[in-house]
Amino acid sequence: MTTLGYYPGCSLHGTGRELDQSIRALAEVAGVDLVEIEDWNCCGATAAHSLNHDLAVALPYRTLALAEAQGLTEVVAPCAACFSRLKGTAVRLARDPALVEKMQRITERPYQGTVRVLNANEYVDRLLDEGLADRLTHRLAGLKVAPYYGCLLSRGEDIVPDDHEQPTAMERALTAAGCEVVPWNFATECCGGGFSMSKTEAVVDLSDAILSDAEDAEADAVVTSCPMCHSNLDMRQRTMNAAGLGPHEIPILYLSEVLGLAAGIEPERLGLDRHFVDAMRVTERLAEAPAAEA
Amino acid sequence: MARVGVFICHCGENIGRTVDCAAVAEQCAEFPGVVTSVDYKYMCSDPGQQMIKDAIAEERLTGVVVAACSPRMHETTFRRAAAEAGLNPYLLEMANLREHCSWVHEERPVATEKAVDLVRIMVEKVKRNSELKPIKVPIEPTALVIGGGIAGIQAALDIANGGKKVVLVEKSPSLGGHMARLSETFPTLDCSQCILTPRMVEVAAHPNITLMTYSEVTKVDGFIGNYEVTVRQKARYVDPETCTGCGACLEKCPAKKIPDEFDESLGNRTAIYRPFPQAVPNKPVIDADHCLMLTKGKCGVCAKVCPTGAINYEDEDREVTVKVGAIVAATGFELWDHAAYGEYGGGKLRDVINGFHFERLASASGPTGGEIRRPSDGKTVETVVFIQCCGSRDPNRGVPYCSKICCMYTAKHAILYRHKVHHGRAVVFYMDVRAGGKNYEEFVRRAIEQEGAEYVRGRVSRIYRRTDGTLIVKGADTLAGRPIEVEADLVVLADAVVSRPGSHRLAQMLGVSYDEHGFYSEAHPKLRPVETANPGVFLAGACQAPKDIPDSVAQASAAAAKVLALFSKPELEREPIIAKVNEETCVHCGACINTCPYGAIEDKDITDRKGNVLRTVAYVNEGVCQGCGTCVAVCRSGSIDLEGFTDEEVLAEISALE
Repeated sequence: MTTLGYYPGCSLHGTGRELDQSIRALAEVAGVDLVEIEDWNCCGATAAHSLNHDLAVALPYRTLALAEAQGLTEVVAPCAACFSRLKGTAVRLARDPALVEKMQRITERPYQGTVRVLNANEYVDRLLDEGLADRLTHRLAGLKVAPYYGCLLSRGEDIVPDDHEQPTAMERALTAAGCEVVPWNFATECCGGGFSMSKTEAVVDLSDAILSDAEDAEADAVVTSCPMCHSNLDMRQRTMNAAGLGPHEIPILYLSEVLGLAAGIEPERLGLDRHFVDAMRVTERLAEAPAAEA
Repeated sequence: MARVGVFICHCGENIGRTVDCAAVAEQCAEFPGVVTSVDYKYMCSDPGQQMIKDAIAEERLTGVVVAACSPRMHETTFRRAAAEAGLNPYLLEMANLREHCSWVHEERPVATEKAVDLVRIMVEKVKRNSELKPIKVPIEPTALVIGGGIAGIQAALDIANGGKKVVLVEKSPSLGGHMARLSETFPTLDCSQCILTPRMVEVAAHPNITLMTYSEVTKVDGFIGNYEVTVRQKARYVDPETCTGCGACLEKCPAKKIPDEFDESLGNRTAIYRPFPQAVPNKPVIDADHCLMLTKGKCGVCAKVCPTGAINYEDEDREVTVKVGAIVAATGFELWDHAAYGEYGGGKLRDVINGFHFERLASASGPTGGEIRRPSDGKTVETVVFIQCCGSRDPNRGVPYCSKICCMYTAKHAILYRHKVHHGRAVVFYMDVRAGGKNYEEFVRRAIEQEGAEYVRGRVSRIYRRTDGTLIVKGADTLAGRPIEVEADLVVLADAVVSRPGSHRLAQMLGVSYDEHGFYSEAHPKLRPVETANPGVFLAGACQAPKDIPDSVAQASAAAAKVLALFSKPELEREPIIAKVNEETCVHCGACINTCPYGAIEDKDITDRKGNVLRTVAYVNEGVCQGCGTCVAVCRSGSIDLEGFTDEEVLAEISALE
């Protein structure tokens, strides 16, 4: 039984519940053991690296050290910001032994650099390799999807190996689930990120542009793996419509929810009923997988 | 009896600051065999050289040591001075007190002591030097010009008009190069083909020029004055002697959908084709990869309609060897592939094009008859965006250098567009405008002030295609301090100028170095821009570095001047620093023949008076030997020695240090 470390971070226990639910459900179907890191701390996200460089490194360092001590060689960090901080820090530590020493002094914990950090897209691909590919009992027959990567899941030297301008990390999984990936222009455009609270108009404008392009490309749904993007695209659709933009009524799905549906998991277990914009309707496209494939 | 003169140069402060030259001169005066030892501020200057000449006469010197800079700098200078004073130039040696001493040490006592040692070594050597005579090598007064673009054409014409023969080899079926594809040229807006084609015709008609088109150089043997070059002439399948250029075959050829290279694949051509209507020679060739007869054995229409029976499907490539004395490389450039910029569409957007595409759109003989239309749907272009520096000045994903010609041709494109589409909008995104040539700045000002081009200082971060086919260009207007978004019908990228793929292969054949970008290296970036490290090979045009037409023409004429200078004497004088075999002791083991990197050593039969071969020995070809000394190192019987650096001379240098 494969074991993967699990780092939910703050958002997966909060507004990113569906991501947490669907990720855990998929692990069960694939027969993978997700082990939460004991005593994990906040990754620092944007706040830490805006305030203090050492703090920004120490926070993820501690988590990585804990994972290593727990015997975990791979850790899944589904939240894009947590992933960026954890993996980004791992890369910096690998390049800078003096930094490792410094962090060891600050946190009083050793770290040998043996932990590999996976993001949600890589996690899904990994599960497909671990046997999930054989357990996809259903297909979302011809559901047209626009894969949206946002910023942190599409770029970063040595952090994300994908093509920054035209990433394709989600395509294998989406195709395996029976979806039709539509070509569109806004896969890596900013959704407004953390300005959801502090400058909501920015999120409304930017996310509206994303949804408009997806609709132009005739997508039935937008698929993403980042809970911040999901919130901006899903929760703020009502605000966009109220502002006279759109109007939009397009479901925003997590990649893990899409694969979960293809694996025959009940939509409620995946959290599909918790979305702001009705996402349950995509289940109408669910069909049994053709016999030859299943 | 040795009478050696020692001259210590201060080289201004270069040596004098670190080495106590006066003290060195004093100590060297005590060396056995030295009869005069002086120091002076600048030995290479006129008075400095006069000192040496005077000393040679007055002191009846048998050898001279000039302790100064590197021999690579001034050995020729001082040896010429010695020769003028009547001393064999090879009886003068230099001790390097600059690059080998004052430039690498800091402490004066250490440097001074080392300087004395350096001079002592060379005194011991020069006492054993022999008088050597330069070797004379015959020169074949024919030049090879590789490349039939404007640079190659100019070089060929200048050499031919100088009375010498030229062989001009061009890879494509016609002369003209990139200049033939341009619509108009900056800054005069001359019609490119109108100024080019008369020269192309002149080349074809010139009695001194042998034109080989559709041909490539495959091998270069030999050395300066005596090259043997193998040229592969590709099968044309059309006999150029019988063909009248009537064009009947082109009209009837059924294979019409082949992307036309000349038009940057904007249009199509037939399998039997001329690159363009004004091609020189104006005879078509058959593209063997796409011809139905040559690939499938069907069709044969061109042979049926040809009035002179010029079609020959049995034609084959042939190889010819030409003997030439000098080579001019004029192989030109290519444009960078903007597929590397995913943010500009990754090469997949049909309406995002490069400068050559635009030239073909603007050209009266192009695929759209000179109308600016979108390649995707043929619609007219109401708004065109030009983006400068695409790939250039980008050390991360492109090339670090500036491509020099783009600011000018973009201004030209903007002007041409505005002339053709009076109500159209031309927006140019730039970083800096570089217009350094004659009338260039005025030309750009004209584009902005009179022709209505909108120049926006800022870069474009993204181009994407909206579902209605419009291109959305998102950039920055840094002078206004805000983002700018333009809805465009067409985007023209000023892609970087890069070397032709595979250019390194030709460079290796020619023995010419090239930089990390594939541009051929000149001998000295400031003072020797058309020569290369290989003395018989010269450069002209963009193969050396990005440049425009006036500079290419100027450089071509410069290369031609060098060639004509080379050919002005019937013989070439070579340095006599070559290997020599002692035929008495040579046992013909062959070690030297196998080791020589230049293939300069051959077998030589020693015969009796009746012609019977007594034995065979090794023999060094004086014209090819480069004096590297590898053979001297491997010879097991010590039968080969290097003139100018004999074992005796070198061992004396080493012994002097003990």
